[in-house]
Amino acid sequence: MPTAPTVVLNARALERTVARMADEVVERADGTENLVLVGIQRRGVQLAERLGRMIAQHEGATVPRGALDITLYRDDLQTVGPRPIVGKTVIPGAIDGRTVCIVDDVLYTGRTIRAALDELADFGRPARIMLAVLVDRGGRELPIHADVVGRSVDVPPGGRVDVLVSELDGRDEVTMVIAGEET
Amino acid sequence: MTEHRDVLLKGGRLLDPSSQLDGVGDLLVRDGKVEAFGGSIAAPDGALVIDCKGQVVSPGFIDVHCHLREPGREDVETILTGARAAAAGGFTAVCAMPNTDPVTDNQAAVGFVLKQGRAAEAARVYPIGAISIGQKGERLAEFGEMVHAGAVAVSDDGKPVVSAQLMRTALEYARTFGIPVADHCEEPTLAAGGAMHEGFVSARLGLKGIPAEAEEIMAIRDILLARLTGGHVHLCHMSTKGSVELIRWGKERGISVTAEACPHHLSLTHEMVEGYNTNAKMNPPLRTAADVEAVQQAVKDGTIDVIATDHAPHHNDEKQREFSDAPNGIVGLETALPVNVTWLVKSGIVSLSTLIERMSCAPARLFNLPGGSLRRGSAADITVFDPDQAWTVDPSAFLSKGRNTPYGGRILHGRVGCTLVDGRIVYQRMG
Amino acid sequence: MSAPLGKDLLGLEHLSTEQISLILDTAEPLREISERAIKKVPTLRGATVVNLFFEASTRTRISFEFAEKRLSADTVNVATAASSVTKGETLVDTAKNLEAMKIDMVVIRHASSGAAQFLAERIESNVINAGDGTHEHPTQGLLDLLTLRRKFGTLAGKRVCIVGDVLHSRVARSNIWGLTKLGAEVAVCGPRSLLPNAIADFGVQVFDHIEDAIQWADALNVLRLQLERMTAGYIPSQREYNRVFGVSRERLDRAPRDLVIMHPGPINRGVELDSDVADGPHSVILDQVTNGVAVRMAVLYLLAGHAPALAEAAKGGDR
Repeated sequence: MPTAPTVVLNARALERTVARMADEVVERADGTENLVLVGIQRRGVQLAERLGRMIAQHEGATVPRGALDITLYRDDLQTVGPRPIVGKTVIPGAIDGRTVCIVDDVLYTGRTIRAALDELADFGRPARIMLAVLVDRGGRELPIHADVVGRSVDVPPGGRVDVLVSELDGRDEVTMVIAGEET
Repeated sequence: MTEHRDVLLKGGRLLDPSSQLDGVGDLLVRDGKVEAFGGSIAAPDGALVIDCKGQVVSPGFIDVHCHLREPGREDVETILTGARAAAAGGFTAVCAMPNTDPVTDNQAAVGFVLKQGRAAEAARVYPIGAISIGQKGERLAEFGEMVHAGAVAVSDDGKPVVSAQLMRTALEYARTFGIPVADHCEEPTLAAGGAMHEGFVSARLGLKGIPAEAEEIMAIRDILLARLTGGHVHLCHMSTKGSVELIRWGKERGISVTAEACPHHLSLTHEMVEGYNTNAKMNPPLRTAADVEAVQQAVKDGTIDVIATDHAPHHNDEKQREFSDAPNGIVGLETALPVNVTWLVKSGIVSLSTLIERMSCAPARLFNLPGGSLRRGSAADITVFDPDQAWTVDPSAFLSKGRNTPYGGRILHGRVGCTLVDGRIVYQRMG
Repeated sequence: MSAPLGKDLLGLEHLSTEQISLILDTAEPLREISERAIKKVPTLRGATVVNLFFEASTRTRISFEFAEKRLSADTVNVATAASSVTKGETLVDTAKNLEAMKIDMVVIRHASSGAAQFLAERIESNVINAGDGTHEHPTQGLLDLLTLRRKFGTLAGKRVCIVGDVLHSRVARSNIWGLTKLGAEVAVCGPRSLLPNAIADFGVQVFDHIEDAIQWADALNVLRLQLERMTAGYIPSQREYNRVFGVSRERLDRAPRDLVIMHPGPINRGVELDSDVADGPHSVILDQVTNGVAVRMAVLYLLAGHAPALAEAAKGGDR
């Protein structure tokens, strides 16, 4: 039986969470000077953009933003038949010696982040790479850990977390479905 | 050969355009001849009685154009397998084209084909001699010697007679022997390198086309040479609307021109080549729907005298290759009747009687061959077939060694039940 | 959207507008990989691609090879001189041998129209047509489309004239299908002896005079004039061809607008195209080369693994 989605974060809560995450990112990066925000396609890109705006508000500094499409680095391409659509990758200038903060919407198995790390390495050698995610749902399959987490929820396999952003989805909301078959 | 035994064909529809015969009745064969027909005939002692109820009993089909590949390419067909395939297709006689290796261009070669044909004890095999020595298009072969040995016509088929002068001489010289000169009409410079009909399909597939005009230019040349010489020109495998118009033009003027068309040109169009289907590759190529329709009408009105198969077996390996490198030709002996019945008779274009005229009576008449009639005293070359039976073409079941057919898997109408040559059963379908 | 491309890429004639757009949309982000310091992504790691070239072609082979290598595929080049074809092996046997070696993809260039399809029907691996006879050259068509789309934003309503030997050109056929499907108006211009007799059935306009084509068009795709057309008697001489059909600065100066100039290469300078045009500001000939690698990467990516359906779910990635 499908379970009705539960709201994890509504629009207001999401805004507050992103604001807190922005502060934490700056704190952990020891300021904004060397910071670069790189969002993972697709919703990580919008979140990185928002974090950037928040940081600009709070710190008065403009942090460069980039976008990373990890499709070509996925470790399951040889086994999945269908080809995922490839998105744009844009890295703002050289990343050597900088602090790169990867931004994504949901952290689950960790495979996406593994791919993102591989891809970033092809662009240069950052001094440090950190990870900020809006939702950590548990269920890691790789030794990967987020530095900044918006909200932790426990969603077992079979359940799902959906992050909606107004830029793409018309509204801001995070919902989860604990279990049940998808239809 | 064994002694003749009386054969009584019981209760079939006796259909013989040569004697305007069309009615249900019995037919008795004795000593290789038609002994009696019509009404109910009591079976003589010891006669073999064949129940022909629901079947058509017609004079045996005669194919004036096939390639039996022996001598030279016994791996793809022999006179034995070809003659058996012919019998299975309802043919009681076939004319073997001389483009073998070596070419049938002398009396010894003609004698060889006849000898092998007799040994086959299937359909009769008549040799066609070459027009020119080695089919090189240079010097005339010995028509007289070949006719004396048993050749029934001359042709350089496979290639056109390029030289108009040589064609003129051949038509003149053939008059002494009363044989037709059969020409493969193809203007060689226009057709050079061509792999299919020139049109939108060839342009899309990127295959070099053979324009209809390559055939038509040679057709009208031959017709004009027949007018000039008074010789009998027989135009092989006519495939275009323009060609039938030119033949009609010639016939209206009393020129001694006869023509044949092939079942595939009466049924399929160049779209069949789509997907680079080498079993749709032949020369002349499959043409447009307008051409098919025109040739069908020409069969109906007699502009096309004869339907001939141009049976051309090839080894599977030869057809399994790049389209432009694959050889031309398809097998036809075992599909001719059903293709003709399906596309010409079932579709209402010609009557069964006209079909038999084009497949049996006319070929016998034009090439001076026995058969083509059920009259009393005629050679008992007879085909019994069911014009309505539907069946699926299975190339692997062919008696021919060739499997190269575009009709594989198709459901066609009309199936041969048995074939008699010289009063003997040479083919009888099991089941 | 289902069945992105199927098993093989044999031509553009049988692709839908959506399929062509998908390839171009995929090629766009892939262009960036060639700009990186490390020009390589691991996408096709472990996949084996054989570049089977029965006909000499430096450009197309190199472009495919770059595309394959930038996607981390293992590539093997088989050229005519080194292959068993010269020993009389048939394409059927070549196919069986490739199959036995468990390769993943074959890129085939062959002098016979239909050769790519022939191979595709006989092996499980993906087959990419890199030019078959005078039939199609789909990746060239796609890179031309990408180049024009990047230049114009959209191809809808744009006027593209293909100039030259359309009769023997696989590039022309792939262009005609692709451009038409993306909504461009297409014309051809050349001596009638080098145009298919049935050209009008393709739904294109025909110009007998290059001046008229230049007046009409937004872009010219100028085809290479093969030397053997002269020896085979299709046209009398290169000199006369240049005089009658050559794309020159002087002729272009009379155009009502700046024309985008394309050429699949290699150029016969001073024959079909004058140097000042080929190297001029409106020439996109080098963009075509750049886009060629991206388009071929897109095709390799989309075909790999047969891609029976494009999973919407796959887009979301990690959830």
